[in-house]
Amino acid sequence: MKTEKVSETWLSYQKEIADDNYYFARSCIRQNVLPAAEELFLKILKTELGKNVFDDPRQTTCTGIAYHSGIIPMETTMTVVARQFALMNEAGYENFVCSCVTSFGIYSEVMETWKHFPETLTKTKELLKKATGKDFIPPKNLVHTSDVIYKFRKEISEKAKFKLHNKTTGEPLKVIEHIGCHYAKIFPDKGIGGAEYPYVLAGLIDEWGGIRVDYPERRHCCGFGFRQYLIKANRGYSVANTKKKFDSMKPYNPDLIITNCPGCNFFMDRWQYVISEMTGTSYDDKGYGIPVLTYEELAGLMLGYNPWDIGLQVHQVDVVPLLNKMKYPFDIKKKYQGLNEKDLGKPKNTRLLSCC
Amino acid sequence: MKNLYEKLTEDIRFTEGLSACINCGTCTAICPAAQFYDYDPRNIVNIVQSRNNNEIEALLKSDMIWMCGECLSCKTRCPRNNVPGYVIQALRALSIETGLFIESEKGRQQLALKRTIGEHILKYGYCVYFDEINTDMYPEQGPVWEWMRENATDILERLGANYKGDGAGTLRKICQESLNDLQKIFDVTGATERFEKIEKYSEQKAQELGVSYGKGTSDDYFKMVYNGEHTSK
Repeated sequence: MKTEKVSETWLSYQKEIADDNYYFARSCIRQNVLPAAEELFLKILKTELGKNVFDDPRQTTCTGIAYHSGIIPMETTMTVVARQFALMNEAGYENFVCSCVTSFGIYSEVMETWKHFPETLTKTKELLKKATGKDFIPPKNLVHTSDVIYKFRKEISEKAKFKLHNKTTGEPLKVIEHIGCHYAKIFPDKGIGGAEYPYVLAGLIDEWGGIRVDYPERRHCCGFGFRQYLIKANRGYSVANTKKKFDSMKPYNPDLIITNCPGCNFFMDRWQYVISEMTGTSYDDKGYGIPVLTYEELAGLMLGYNPWDIGLQVHQVDVVPLLNKMKYPFDIKKKYQGLNEKDLGKPKNTRLLSCC
Repeated sequence: MKNLYEKLTEDIRFTEGLSACINCGTCTAICPAAQFYDYDPRNIVNIVQSRNNNEIEALLKSDMIWMCGECLSCKTRCPRNNVPGYVIQALRALSIETGLFIESEKGRQQLALKRTIGEHILKYGYCVYFDEINTDMYPEQGPVWEWMRENATDILERLGANYKGDGAGTLRKICQESLNDLQKIFDVTGATERFEKIEKYSEQKAQELGVSYGKGTSDDYFKMVYNGEHTSK
């Protein structure tokens, strides 16, 4: 009986994640700054896990960045979201998986608003019909891409060729996880583990053999702040918030950071470069910085994929020190090559060290 | 013109975001913006719930309402289920609606957001797009990004993207039908009207400040608001 009570208590921290047949909604930021990440997600789902995912060319931005920057009304975002759902309906799907935490927050907020203020659903339907002639039904299941990787973490583990181990020391790798504010701070019941015990990325670290690092500013914002980053004059806000996190995590000597949100990944990678250029500070002890990967990039490494085929060379902080710790096989000559081994030169050097 | 508090109550985010604030300050304690700006969401909510028209008008003219980063940490933590971040969203919308956003340095930045993120949506179907992200405007992108831009076609092909291609895939060209849908949605839901207001009021301010005003990202007014260059007025 006691066990049942405990389960009931923790039920609110669980989340339903559909098993198959997903309509895939892309991320604006990820497609630009990590152009291999979404293709990797699709590859893992389709070829490793045998799932059906529909990648619709007609989808567009959800407008989330514009919405949170205050330049478009809520009605606009609601109607664009409604159009995405109409496309999902037309394609014959009910399970919506989006590839961006900002989008996940937007879709969740819009669906909650329709639920609590039904007149807004009626109005959105009218506006969508007027603009596009379309009607829509909201999805039965709304999840983030990392939720799906989390759901199948054990299946990925069974196929894995690597673990999160430092093969030189024999110790597990120390991994920072950053889930992003809009994953569970807005609607805690929509995230695995809620806002208090978020487990969507921690569960991957546990399953794949690493050690989670707890540090004082673990749940602090990455510093995006929408208009605070997007306007150059405000960018000090962004780097200052990221620096606060890095100063807090440094004493724990993390080997790796994994992120949930496209923006968070970008800021935790690029601001390390900027802080290094401005102050000479590196947050590892060798001067390379701490590599910042996404959840599917980490899954790709566990599965033994060629790091240069899954885009790990486009992070500003070099991933080679991490690969070396894992004794991960790679051909350094191919890091910056194009197709058919075409020579594309290499990026300029920075104060933050690069391995090649 | 209606009382400003009444105008705020027409925004669903305001009614959802403010029920009864007890001024405990939890929102300010958790707020990332409050740690780096002279910013206090507790005080903003306190001013708004005073319903004092003059004080609300002063808020709409101030830098204060533009300092929030929309992380919404305040939503998680407020013990009375208020959401200062939603109240801020409603204040920002009203500041643009009334044209008062041009009275503050940070409010004037809305023009740059409209001309980048806003126009990218209608031009590309993405909030941000590869071709527009250069290291002059975004120097933190760094040398790896510069290398990617110099070798865009080759590296994006290597990584499996469908850069500017038809059909599905990463960085695909969004079809004209979808772009038309976005434009029509913007027209019927008030986004086009908001864009026009941002331009109209910004042009007025540029004239008042004696700063040249054009289109795109190269006129002096855009550079002023984007880079934070100060004028004598």
